[in-house]
Amino acid sequence: MTTYPLNNHEEILNNAQSLRWEIGADFHEKLMESIYTDASQIADRAVIRPDKKPRFDLDRTIDKLVTSRTWGFPLMILLLTIVFWLTISGANVPSSMLATLLLDTVHPFLKGVSASIGVPWWIDGLLLDGMYLATAWVISVMLPPMAIFFPLFTLLEDFGYLPRVAFNLDNLFRKAGAHGKQSLSMAMGFGCNAAGVVATRIIDSPRERLIAILTNNFALCNGRWPTQILIASLFVGALVPAHLGGLISALAVVGIAVLGVLLTFVSSWALSRTVLKGEVSTFSLELPPYRPPRIWQTIYTSIIDRTLIVLWRAVTFALPAGAVIWLASNIVIGGNSIAGHLINFMNPFGLLLGLNGVILLAYIVAIPANEIVIPTILMLTVLVTGATGVGSGAGVMFELDSDAQTLSLLQTGGWTLLTAVNLMLFSLIHNPCSTTIYTIYKETGSKKWTWIAAVSPVILGFIVTFVVAQVWRLVESLL
Amino acid sequence: MTTQTQTTSAACETCPVHNAAALKKLGVDMTDFDFVVALAGNPNTGKSTVFNALTGLRQHVGNWPGKTVTRAEGGFLYGDNKYKLVDLPGTYSLLATSLDEEVARDFILFGQPDVTIVVVDATRLERNLNLVLQVSEITNRVVVALNLMDEAKRHGLQIDERRLARDLGVPVVPMSARQGEGIPELLQAVSEVAKGEVAGKPYRVKYVSPELKRAVEQLTARIESAYPDLPNARWVALRLLDGDERIAEAMRKGELGDLTHGSIEARAAQLQVIGNQ
Repeated sequence: MTTYPLNNHEEILNNAQSLRWEIGADFHEKLMESIYTDASQIADRAVIRPDKKPRFDLDRTIDKLVTSRTWGFPLMILLLTIVFWLTISGANVPSSMLATLLLDTVHPFLKGVSASIGVPWWIDGLLLDGMYLATAWVISVMLPPMAIFFPLFTLLEDFGYLPRVAFNLDNLFRKAGAHGKQSLSMAMGFGCNAAGVVATRIIDSPRERLIAILTNNFALCNGRWPTQILIASLFVGALVPAHLGGLISALAVVGIAVLGVLLTFVSSWALSRTVLKGEVSTFSLELPPYRPPRIWQTIYTSIIDRTLIVLWRAVTFALPAGAVIWLASNIVIGGNSIAGHLINFMNPFGLLLGLNGVILLAYIVAIPANEIVIPTILMLTVLVTGATGVGSGAGVMFELDSDAQTLSLLQTGGWTLLTAVNLMLFSLIHNPCSTTIYTIYKETGSKKWTWIAAVSPVILGFIVTFVVAQVWRLVESLL
Repeated sequence: MTTQTQTTSAACETCPVHNAAALKKLGVDMTDFDFVVALAGNPNTGKSTVFNALTGLRQHVGNWPGKTVTRAEGGFLYGDNKYKLVDLPGTYSLLATSLDEEVARDFILFGQPDVTIVVVDATRLERNLNLVLQVSEITNRVVVALNLMDEAKRHGLQIDERRLARDLGVPVVPMSARQGEGIPELLQAVSEVAKGEVAGKPYRVKYVSPELKRAVEQLTARIESAYPDLPNARWVALRLLDGDERIAEAMRKGELGDLTHGSIEARAAQLQVIGNQ
């Protein structure tokens, strides 16, 4: 390797510095101008344009509609509602089929095998009643909705709809003091917040990028969609006649998602007015042409890349979580299990928030992955209510043949419509999962901002659920 | 990949370019590669589609700018050589104002790929050429993949790719990556540039005012005499005149000097450093 005398580069840099004074401050603009001029000349020589414009430009016509001031937002809500409605109504049947297979057939079979070869009760319990059931539950709850939701969402994405959404939201983001491209990282957050946080790299200004990172958690990620969908169909859908149930539940889920978007605006606005003050930078957003999606390929890749990856992640977290839950429910200290003690301890605070101790404990167990919230809640509810007839003992994740049965169990656990609504709210507004927190740390390189990103949403969640619970109870007492 | 074989006509069978067996997709296996190929381009021009077609990987391809913000890597075997393909973030320029631009720029500059493919949207040629011109200031080992020719046809645009290749001074391959059209021709062009069988003489941007030209020439000459093997002295001069701290820093640390003499191992280490950013 050749080494150069050190003074060489200093000389060059000094030379460059003095030349910079001579050529003036507008060098950058001149540079860009030269590149643009030459690019335009070369392009002109190479492109032969059609003589006249086609009479009807389909892309432009669609754009006028989906980005119009009047129709843009209603169309967005409509498309989102259709996607969820298809997801909710389409997932029911395969979900219960999977549950029948994995929980009603395979689980008793495994229990039988383990009994016949004389496996000690605690190994049998830990493996089959803890780990296996937790995993089976996660698969039957999550796989069908994801296998419908992801391909639909990916089709919209491939068609070219996402940049139009960004275009519609851009103005609102700018008014909130944030970068318009934040709408794109938010859209990624609807899939996965960790991915959304990485996607903020497209934002040039560090200030605006930090806003985008801190608020990405308000985009409802796919670990939380199943919670929203299940609770909405059990409690909200049940308020109306059966044939309207699916639609009303879908609207409730859309409502939560829209609330998340509103929270993104409000918190971006608050951040840019307080700790992250600064100018809004401009950028150009390109609206790509609409491309007919290649349907089979999209379905294939979205099932392989998204559905199975997310499912795999849920499974790897459900296995240890299942073990922990089983152990916490079966190790008894002073007449009550560890889980029982924790629930009793947190119950007063939970009830103050319109939630309960079970839900709070479930959210602590689910810090690594939001996906396992619902299975954990159901299992812990069996534990505290001592419900018989469902499941088969403490710490056992059980099969629930129908939504009605799930509903009646939760009602035994003291659940009301308020609990359901506040659970949906808390699922939207709480700490990001540990993967996202770690990603935030990697992207910002700052412990301070990572702490703020992790803790402030939980505090906000407590405040929101507390206020809702108090107002709800006040109104109830007046009626 | 069935589309690729279906769409090529019978006449192609005799053409040396069309040799389906010549391409072997290696997915993530990138051991002992002979050449490094970078994939650059404006956002949403189909870089990821080209990447998938060459490596057999299935990176999700989105129809929106900013889909790829990090680098993806894959490998393929063509002829007797193993290639490592690096999919860079889509950018409109290489002036490094945002992280994705910096990742792309640093890779082309410090990673010194053997070939840089610039994927270009045929329907928006003018804007896309800005990037081509900037890339070819850094390296003359450029192949332009003129993608989305099917859409250009749909819009009634005709493109004289020979004229374009002559003006740009680098190989231009018209293609429709979604349909797999043009992939064999692209591979051929890439291997020719990688092996040095075809040497590009890229177009250089003309700088409008005389004093500007003089300043650039003066500084370029100095850099050339200090670093005789540096392939892109003029570009370094332009960046220094623009006050680019990253480049000044690279010069102070001797990164520019090292690269011109670096062995393949040193380059691989450099890739690791950039990859960890």
